Amino acid sequence: MAESATYKVIGTRPIRHDGVDKVTGRAIYGADVQMAGLLHGKVLRSPHAHARIRSIDVSRALALPGVKAVVTSADLPPAEDRTIQLGEGGVNLKYLSHNILAGDKVLYKGHPIAAVAATSPHLAEEALALIQVEYEVLPPVLDVREAMQDDAPLLHDNLKTTSLGQDTDKQSNIATHTQFKVGDVEKGFAKADIVIEREFTTATVHQGYIEPHNATAMWNPDGQLTIWESTQGAFTVQRQLAPVLGIPVAQIRVIPAEIGGGFGGKINLYLEPIAAVLSKKTGHPVKVLMNRAEVFESTGPTPGSYIRVKMGATKDGRLIAAQAYMAYEAGGYPGSPIGAGMMCIFTPYDIPNVLIDGFDVVVNKPKTAPYRAPGATNAAFAAETVVDELGEKLGLDPLQFRLRNAAKEGMRRPDGPTHPRIGYLETVQAALNSDHYRTPLEGPNVGRGVASGYWFNVGLQSSVSINVNADGSVTLVEGSTDIGGTRASIAMQAAEVLGLKAEEVRPIVADTAGVGYNDVTGGSRTTFASGYAAIEAAHDVLRQMTERAARIWKIEPQDVSFGDGVFRNAKEPDQRLTFKDVAAQLGRTGGPLTGRATVAPRGVGGAFATHIVDLQVDPETGKVTILRYTAVQDVGKAIHPSYVEGQMQGGAVQGIGWALNEEYFYTDKGVMANASFLDYRMPTSLDLPMIDTILVEVPNPGHPFGVRGVGEVPIVPPVAAIANAIYRAVGVRMCHSPMSPGLVMTEILAKG
Amino acid sequence: MPTKVHVQMRLNGEEVDFLCEPRQSVLEVLRDVLGLTGSKEGCNNGNCGACSVILDGVLVNSCCVLGVETSGREVTTIEGIASPDGLHPLQQKFLEHAALQCGICTPGFIVAAKALLDKNPHPTEHQVRYWLAGNLCRCTGYDKIIRAVLDAAQTTEAKA
Repeated sequence: MAESATYKVIGTRPIRHDGVDKVTGRAIYGADVQMAGLLHGKVLRSPHAHARIRSIDVSRALALPGVKAVVTSADLPPAEDRTIQLGEGGVNLKYLSHNILAGDKVLYKGHPIAAVAATSPHLAEEALALIQVEYEVLPPVLDVREAMQDDAPLLHDNLKTTSLGQDTDKQSNIATHTQFKVGDVEKGFAKADIVIEREFTTATVHQGYIEPHNATAMWNPDGQLTIWESTQGAFTVQRQLAPVLGIPVAQIRVIPAEIGGGFGGKINLYLEPIAAVLSKKTGHPVKVLMNRAEVFESTGPTPGSYIRVKMGATKDGRLIAAQAYMAYEAGGYPGSPIGAGMMCIFTPYDIPNVLIDGFDVVVNKPKTAPYRAPGATNAAFAAETVVDELGEKLGLDPLQFRLRNAAKEGMRRPDGPTHPRIGYLETVQAALNSDHYRTPLEGPNVGRGVASGYWFNVGLQSSVSINVNADGSVTLVEGSTDIGGTRASIAMQAAEVLGLKAEEVRPIVADTAGVGYNDVTGGSRTTFASGYAAIEAAHDVLRQMTERAARIWKIEPQDVSFGDGVFRNAKEPDQRLTFKDVAAQLGRTGGPLTGRATVAPRGVGGAFATHIVDLQVDPETGKVTILRYTAVQDVGKAIHPSYVEGQMQGGAVQGIGWALNEEYFYTDKGVMANASFLDYRMPTSLDLPMIDTILVEVPNPGHPFGVRGVGEVPIVPPVAAIANAIYRAVGVRMCHSPMSPGLVMTEILAKG
Repeated sequence: MPTKVHVQMRLNGEEVDFLCEPRQSVLEVLRDVLGLTGSKEGCNNGNCGACSVILDGVLVNSCCVLGVETSGREVTTIEGIASPDGLHPLQQKFLEHAALQCGICTPGFIVAAKALLDKNPHPTEHQVRYWLAGNLCRCTGYDKIIRAVLDAAQTTEAKA
C-alpha cells in the first residue's frame, strides 16, 4: 500500500509552520482575543458537592454599576432528553445543558449556577458575591464503590441502570453495566496452574493543560452567533451548541484560536453557551475565562476507578483466562470511558477465555472528560501489574512472558474486532534489544519495571482543500486544531505527494465557515485522518494539474505522467513542465485550481507501546525517583519524528505524574482541597530524567504512508511500569495510584 | 476620585506609560492594558511560570507583581526577546528541537531560560532543570526543552 519506499519529506524534521508565532508570543490563543466593546463574564459555581437549588436571587448583582447581565439555566432553552453523536461518543443534551448551567440540582462542587457580564473581570467577580442562592444541601457520594451501594445517596431522580443492553427499573447511580465475553473463563481458570487476583484503585486525575478554558461570543441581533475559543474541535462545538441554544448550525460560526493543550479535556462545552447568552442579553461581545481552580473543580477530570483483575496461566507460560470487574466514576453525569477501558484491558494478549464486566457510575465529582487514551491507563495499571506478577511466579522475564502471549494480526480482540497488522510484538522485541534493558541496574532500593499498553485509533471525518498559488507553492486549508505540530505533519504529507518541500505548503487551520466538516483533534486521529485527507486533496491537485499540462501540450491527460515534481509528455520525452511551470499557467488553462478531499477513513491502526523504567525508592520516606525511562512504540510511519518523540515523551511524563503524585484530594463534604498547581503536583523538569524513545515502524496498511495515531498510547503503560519497578526495588506490590511517598512507605512498613 | 494610577516604566527597551487600577497585576497590565498577550495566564498564583517576565534583571511571575510596582523599572517580556536581526538563539533552538507542542508555556520558558543564560551562560543539565522547575509544561515531558536550552547556551557561547 505504501506509495513509495523512499520519501523526500516524510521522516524529515522541518521547523513547524506555526513555530515562530509560538516562540515570539505572537500566536493568538483563546484568552488573547480582544475586540471593541468587550464585556467580561464570570461564573458563579456551587460551593456544595450535592444540593438542591431552592432559589436564585440575582437582583443585587444586577444593581451593581458596570454589571450588564446575569444569566441562569432559565436563559437556555429547555433541554431535551436525547443523545446526539459527536464522533468519539454520544452526549445526552439534557445532561450537557445541565452541566453548563445547573437545573434544579448541583452535582459537584464547582457546578455552574449563574454567570455575570460586566465591564471588567474584577467587577464581574464582585457581582458574583451578590447573587443569593438558597440550597438544600444533600449528602455527597465521592467513591465509585460507595456510589454503587443500594443505600447510597442518589444523584439523579430518574437514572435507571441499563444492564447488558436492557433498560431496568432499578433506580441507581449505576448508569450502565456492560460485558465482554470470550470462551469460558471458569473452565480457563480450572486449567490454569497459577492464578493471581488483585484489586486496584486509582484516584481522580486531571488533564492539566496549562491554558484554562476560555470562550468569547458575539450574538448579533440577526441571530448570527460567532464564538472565538480554544477547542479541540470547532465543528464539535458548533454541533453541540446548536441544540443547546436552540438555533441552526449554520447560524453558528466557531473560530478556533490556538489551543494551550487539551488532552481530551477541551471537547465538551463549558463556557461557550454562557458567553453566548450573555452576549445575546447585552448586545456586546462577552469573554469568559476560567481560573485554575475552576479548571480543576469544573472541567475534566479522568475517572477514579476500582478494578479487580484475575488472570490465570499454565506452567509453560501461556495466559489461559482473564477476568476483570471495572467500575469507573463518571462524575455528576453518566459517561465515563468505561467502554474504552474494557476494550483495552486485555487487548495486548492472546487469551482464549475472557470475561470483562464494566460499570459506569455517577458520583459527586465534575463530569469526567476524555484524557489521553481515556480509560486505558487505569485498565493497564491493573492488568499489567497482574501480568508482571504471573511472569515473576513462573520465573519468566517480564518481556519474554509478554512476547510469548502477545496478540498478533488476525487474532480476535476480546471486544470483537480482529487485529489488523499490529506491531505489539515488535515493541516488546525492541524493548528487549534496547540499550536500556540490556544495561544492568545496580544499587540499593532500585528497580526496573516494564509494562505495555494498547490504545485504538479512530478515523472519523476530515476535510482538506489545497489552493495552488501562481508560483507553485500551495495553501493547505484544514480544520483540525493543531495542539502539537499537526499543521506540519499534515502539510508534510501533502508536500510528499506534490513533490514540494514542507516549507512550500502553507497550512492554515480554518474556522467552521472556511473548510468542510472536521471531527475533533482527538482519538489519535489527526495526522492519520486529516493527513489522509491532505494526501487525497493533493492527488486531486495532481489530477487537475495533469489536465492542465495536457491542455498546454494539446494531448490527452493519460499521456501525462508526474514524478519528482515534474510533469512529462509520454509522447515527447523531452517535453517536461515542473509543478511551478504549470502553476504559473493556471490562469490561461482554465482558471484557479483547488484540490479537495473529504474522508472518513476506515483503515485505522491500533497503537501499542512498551515502556521501561528504572527508579529508586527512598526507604526512609517512600519517595520514588525516576532514574531512567525508555518509551518504545509502534508508530506506523513517523511523519515528523521529532513530534512523534514529543508525543511519546509527553505522554510518558503525564503517566509518571499520574503514577506518583497527581490526585484530587476531597474533604468529606466533597470539596477538592488541592485545586491549584501548587497542591495538585504535576511533574516539573526537576523531577525527571531525559525520556528516551524508540520508534518502531510497522506501517499501518490502512494509510497510504502507513501512519498510526501516536498521541495517546504513551500514557497507557507508565503507571503499571512504575508499580512493577517499585516491586522490584522494595518488594511491595502497589495497587493504588498515585503511589505517593506516604502510600509507598505504608506498604514498606506493612511488609516489615 | 480617580480609580487608576499613572505609571511610567521601560518595557522591552522603550519608555512607556499607562493607567492601571491598583489591583491589576503586571500580567493584566501587559495583556489587557498594553495589548502584549505573549505572556500567558495559566494559574494566576505563581505556580506555572507561563507569565514569566524579567523585572530589573530578575525573573518574576508577572501575575504576582502589581502593575503599579513597575514604576521606574524595566520589564522584558517574550515580545522583547527577538531582535530586528532575527530570533534569539533560544527561540531558534526551541524550533529546531521541537521543544514546544501546544506552545502556551513556551513564552514563559523562553523568558525564564533567557534569565538563566544571562546569569549563567554555561549551565549544566541539572542547573537548567532546577532553574526551569518553576515553569510547567504538560505536553513535552521537558526533554526537548532542556536540550534546546543547553544547545542555545552552546550557540550563544560560540557567538560570544
